[in-house]
Amino acid sequence: MTGNNILGIIYSNKYDECLNEITGLRTMGSVPFAGRYRLIDFALSNMVNSGIEKVGVITKSNYQSLMDHLGTGKPWDLSRKTEGMFILPPFSSASNMGGYTNRVEMLRGVMGFISRSTEEYILLSDCNEVMNIDIDELMDFHTDNNADISIVYQHGDLPKLDNIMELQMQEGGRITQVALSPNTSGAVDYSLNMILMKRSLLQRLINEAVSLNHESFERDIIQGNVSKLRIFGFAAKGFTRTIDSLASYFKVSMDLLEPQNCAQLFDPDRPVYTKVRDDMPAIYGLGSKVKNSLIADGCIIDGEVENSILFRGVRVEKGAVVKNSILMQGSFVATGSTLNYTIADKSVAITPNKTLSGAENYPVFVGKGIVI
Amino acid sequence: MARKMECIAMLLAGGQGSRLGILTKNIAKPAVPYGGKYRIIDFPLSNCVNSGISTVGVLTQYQPLELNDYIGNGQPWDLDRANGGVHVLSPYQQIKGSEWYKGTANAIYQNITFIDRYNPEYVAVLSGDHIYKMDYSKMLEYHKEKDAACTIAMLEVPWEEAPRFGLMLTDDDNKITEFEEKPKNPRSNKASMGVYIFTWSKLRQYLIDDEANPDSSNDFGHDVIPAMHNAGEKMYAYLFDGYWKDVGTIDSLWEANLDLLNPKVDLDLSDPTWKIYSKTPTAPPHYIAASATVENSMIGEGSQVYGELDFSILFHNVTVEEGAVVRDSIVMPGTVIKSGAVVQYAIVAENAVIEENAVVGERPEDMQNLEDWGVAVVGAGVSVGKGAHVAPKAMVDADVKEAE
Repeated sequence: MTGNNILGIIYSNKYDECLNEITGLRTMGSVPFAGRYRLIDFALSNMVNSGIEKVGVITKSNYQSLMDHLGTGKPWDLSRKTEGMFILPPFSSASNMGGYTNRVEMLRGVMGFISRSTEEYILLSDCNEVMNIDIDELMDFHTDNNADISIVYQHGDLPKLDNIMELQMQEGGRITQVALSPNTSGAVDYSLNMILMKRSLLQRLINEAVSLNHESFERDIIQGNVSKLRIFGFAAKGFTRTIDSLASYFKVSMDLLEPQNCAQLFDPDRPVYTKVRDDMPAIYGLGSKVKNSLIADGCIIDGEVENSILFRGVRVEKGAVVKNSILMQGSFVATGSTLNYTIADKSVAITPNKTLSGAENYPVFVGKGIVI
Repeated sequence: MARKMECIAMLLAGGQGSRLGILTKNIAKPAVPYGGKYRIIDFPLSNCVNSGISTVGVLTQYQPLELNDYIGNGQPWDLDRANGGVHVLSPYQQIKGSEWYKGTANAIYQNITFIDRYNPEYVAVLSGDHIYKMDYSKMLEYHKEKDAACTIAMLEVPWEEAPRFGLMLTDDDNKITEFEEKPKNPRSNKASMGVYIFTWSKLRQYLIDDEANPDSSNDFGHDVIPAMHNAGEKMYAYLFDGYWKDVGTIDSLWEANLDLLNPKVDLDLSDPTWKIYSKTPTAPPHYIAASATVENSMIGEGSQVYGELDFSILFHNVTVEEGAVVRDSIVMPGTVIKSGAVVQYAIVAENAVIEENAVVGERPEDMQNLEDWGVAVVGAGVSVGKGAHVAPKAMVDADVKEAE
């Protein structure tokens, strides 16, 4: 143990179903985001930037693209002789056929990994939260409050996800009440499912839950222990967004066109790392017209692009118009075509003179590799 | 003993590149940034990897710090290998004393032990100063086919430029019959590209002989190649017909960068089968604001453009504020160009600041006397004050005061 004494655990598949258009072929963790990233890059980079040296990535299904992205963990400096990154595929046994259905089962499935680790603390994280958080600050908060469990939260509309914890806190942050996906309207304090506690405590709680046949991490472990344990809420700062649907994926992406948001999420002091693709810088041709857009390496733009996010290696031909759209890696828009409120997955080709148009709350989605 | 390699490469990266002036004040020429994200040395290194040469010795001498740091363990080029890989070879101390690399041939001579460890049949000697994409494996095939002692890559240059190069005269079989070093009246337009493949057993002996000759300047072009030729060794020219550019001067560096924006120039960096690898900065995609106009340009990651950009190359993390104009220029990483500033026909090095309303460079069409015109250069970390003017052809390596 040479790092900061925290073991990181990332659930790569949690909430896949809320983004089933994009996660049809991949995990939540490997959903492409912000022009060159995958969602898991945020969780991994947050951990690495605070000095975490050992991270276990829990996978359930469809994790080929995730493994391809993560490789040996080198881009996050997690390819180590000691510690580093560990991919934890489902473990099937007589009592468990492999497919996890809840967090308790997932954690139980990787209990061997957790038990063999030596770090004093454990930090659990999902992949559908886009944020750049200083985990050292969370750790200080945790110890200053003598907390048993610290939960990162933010104030906002409750995401439309199962078992999202709405938190009631007293002054100082101690959580007094937890409601699970209640029917509320308006902004509330809700958990971002980044949770810090002692590793030994998690082991004990999971063992108890298993012996009592408890299934829900949120209900049985957090809600059920609100009065018995010191559970605190830690407010996330800066640009923090939860992705709970295709519409929110679209909106959160577009929020990055506000330079202030981009600057917060991609704080140069806490960089977000990702796999390198070795593209050339983007090239803009004669007569190209680009406004208010994020453009990644390898793009070749001869047409018009506005209010859009172009991933690596996208080509927009002369005479093509792309507005309010997200085009993933290697997409191609031919001359005479117009896209508006469209999300194109990887390697989509739009042939000449086609028009696709969605709405802000309902963007058109074009699946991976489709030719229109 | 390392495992035997058929061919290894020795990359000469010790050059100062003095004609690049302040751009090479603190870095060696091969480390000079090029093309929006690369450094010059990325080209020969990537060519090696793409040609299947996985053992590369990089000979450094002048200002090696940044170059050594950049190459690191070679991972960005996939040259962090269990066997072979990239090795930075600086001059070192030996029993009989320490010695700088006296010349290109001496640099290889001092590393004979390194080469012998891999017991190669062939050694490619490459220069770290050129921009080109070349498959060395084809040249090696040719070398073997001709059973040559030395094969030199050559390029047919326009006759009027021929006097600037080392030229070769060849017979019908491309066997080299004569060399001409920068002749006034060239008899050939076949110029040497500074890319050699040698049969190692031959070269090894010539290097030892050259070292023993007190009159030698220990240079490949001046000494070793003529010696091999005079001894009647089989030397062949290998014709290369792609893009190749020596970026030895400010003008040629400027041109070679802007060549990337010319669709007629045969240098495609987007080819997935021949990628040019480099250390990629950790930065988000670049942002083009609603106030920006961008045409005919290349932009690296993390840059933010609010102003006007035309026919220019921006490296990563460059900021062009609203109302600023950048045209016909190259702006290296981390530089900020503030509102109202104009940068034209210029190279601005890393982390410089061009303050509000400052003007760097001049358009040739605005010059009264074209003799005075040239590309303006602002050095790394330099601040050009508000409203200040950097003249064309000027090289600025200290802060320029605000205009009165």
